[in-house]
Amino acid sequence: MIANALLFGYFAVSVALLFNLWRLFAGPSVMDRVLAVDTMVINVIALIILYGIDRHTSVYFEAALLLAMFGFISTVAFCRFVLRGDIIE
Amino acid sequence: MPFVLELAVSLLIVIGAVFMLVGSLGMVKLPDLMSRLHAPTKATTLGVGGALIASMLYFLGTDGALSIHEVLITFFLFLTAPVTAHLVAKAHLHAQGGAGLPPTGGGCGWSTFESTPETAASESPSSHNKG
Repeated sequence: MIANALLFGYFAVSVALLFNLWRLFAGPSVMDRVLAVDTMVINVIALIILYGIDRHTSVYFEAALLLAMFGFISTVAFCRFVLRGDIIE
Repeated sequence: MPFVLELAVSLLIVIGAVFMLVGSLGMVKLPDLMSRLHAPTKATTLGVGGALIASMLYFLGTDGALSIHEVLITFFLFLTAPVTAHLVAKAHLHAQGGAGLPPTGGGCGWSTFESTPETAASESPSSHNKG
């Protein structure tokens, strides 16, 4: 049962990633693209966690945590750059 | 693993995946950035939370020990999602130059564009545009 649920989870998250990719290419403004990349990072975190359940190891949690931090910091840095024209003043 | 726990893990995975799909669908369907901002920051974060709780229950059932990593990731994601949404909205407003904003109805304009009279009087003139 968990295997079927994981299969559905892989499918749904992959379709979600495709939607985000469409917004990344089509997004009219820069902030649309930033938001698309931020959502893609969150979806990839979910994909890593599902893969960790599938493989039955807990080594992937570090990867998920690192990706969460990296995605947040990159989004904040890009918003800061759009707002102020500089990241660290 | 007991059947009830297996059912709970499967349900949480399916619910989390559906929430993530809905969040990304909202990003495609919604008309402008301010409404598009709602879908990923709420639905997608909730979906990832569901997947993380499913993972916690799964490793509780198979290894017998509660792992704390998932709580850390959940806490971090739920903490950073509002900050990201706020910054994206603010950068969008400043990129547009405040076009389309309704009047505040008060004595001064929107605080992200101009400072209130009290703070403008107490601050030096060169530091009014921090942020």
